[in-house]
Amino acid sequence: MRVVIAKPGLDGHDRGAKVITRVLRDGGHEVIYTGIRKTPEQIVSILIDEDADALGLSSLSGAHEVLIPKICEKMRTAGLSDVIVFAGGIIPEKDHVSLYDSGVRAIFGPGTHSETIIDFLIEISQRKKRGEPTGVGEEIGWHWD
Amino acid sequence: MNSESELLNLALNGDRRSLAKILTRIESGFEPTVSVQNPWTLGVTGPPGAGKSTLIGALISKWLKRGEKIAVLAVDPSSPKSGGALLADRIRMQGTESSDSIYIRSIASRNHPGGLSLFIGHMINVLSASGWSRIIIETVGSGQSQTRIVAFADRILLVEGPDRGDIIQAEKAGILELADIVTVNKSDLPNSKLAYNSLNSSLSLNQNNSISTHLVSALNGDGIDDLFSSIEKCPKSTQREIIRQKERLLSLWDSRLLNYHGLNQLLEQLSTGSITLDEAVDMIQ
Ligand SMILES: Nc1nc2c(ncn2[C@@H]2O[C@H](COP(=O)(O)OP(=O)(O)OP(=O)(O)O)[C@@H](O)[C@H]2O)c(=O)[nH]1
Ligand SMILES: [Mg+2]
Repeated sequence: MRVVIAKPGLDGHDRGAKVITRVLRDGGHEVIYTGIRKTPEQIVSILIDEDADALGLSSLSGAHEVLIPKICEKMRTAGLSDVIVFAGGIIPEKDHVSLYDSGVRAIFGPGTHSETIIDFLIEISQRKKRGEPTGVGEEIGWHWD
Repeated sequence: MNSESELLNLALNGDRRSLAKILTRIESGFEPTVSVQNPWTLGVTGPPGAGKSTLIGALISKWLKRGEKIAVLAVDPSSPKSGGALLADRIRMQGTESSDSIYIRSIASRNHPGGLSLFIGHMINVLSASGWSRIIIETVGSGQSQTRIVAFADRILLVEGPDRGDIIQAEKAGILELADIVTVNKSDLPNSKLAYNSLNSSLSLNQNNSISTHLVSALNGDGIDDLFSSIEKCPKSTQREIIRQKERLLSLWDSRLLNYHGLNQLLEQLSTGSITLDEAVDMIQ
């Protein structure tokens, strides 16, 4: 898959994002890393230009509350409903439901094994083949856990 | 899913999403027919970390000021083991997501038999026909397949860091011969002047060279204006067409060979010595 990894928000730590980038590369994916401090608009235009299949968002300092739902919304508006969104980083349990509701299909906390992320993408491609909803603008309900 | 001809039409009419999708289809073998007039192409190559992407970023802002529409195809190698790839060139091209006049596409070399050369020409044609007036191809200047990609561009810029060893390598690999312009980047670092001098002396040994050389810093902008005007003045060389066709021919040849149905059997026979190399070649034909 072609996966874009982005780190929205203003803080400059991208270690987590870089780790995910390597994990996905070693799992056979083509990973486009965008660097830090990207706005939702910029992330959406990168997804379009790179014809990405999935977007991984790394969030450390509360970016998930506003920015992740905003990015999901902008993706739907831009016609990227079939693109998969997953998130990683420090995201409190209580916020998971609302993220799933905004179209995120998986949330990986600190200490997630790398195989788990790869398995998620395998599951995604199987679901796609069966025509089951996976994209950010497709029917909400299923998520990885 | 849209049909390819629909997507192509939308792309030619300026729809970026369709353009992106058409490029994906070309990567998996689609051969579009488009009529193009003289695409403007620049290949940028050089050793890993020399500053190719950063430099392209600096050039992009100059083109933008002139009202050009700039497309970049940034090629990075795929891992032969996992098949995955890390495509990180666009991070260095700062501020480039915010303009409608810039299109950046990251491309993994994958392990295509015959290399990327069979696709890159189609990508250039589609980009040019869609109105992109400056098409830049970035590849790491190591290995033959990478050189093949860059041979598709009408002008070639070789970027070197302050390491003289790299320049000697480029000379050995024949990349220096392909280049129209060579620049030593990172002039803000010590030793870059030495590298620049040694580059000039290697080139002066060569009789028929019209290569222009530069010393720049992509980071602080020194020398960029001069480099930019060299690039803009650089004519599309007629000799390049011969090189390009040769690279295409070689790629197709490789791809035919690697896809030959009896290849494994031939290799087996060669390894046991039951046939000779010449016999093997005759059997393929
Ligand atoms: N000091 C200095 N550093 C530079 C300059 N240009 C680029 N760099 C740095 O060199 C490193 C590599 O730059 P890139 O632009 O990614 O180099 P590249 O040739 O595209 O690298 P690959 O695509 O990985 O082969 C980065 O850390 C840049 O910030 C420069 O003019 N001066
Ligand atoms: Mg680069």
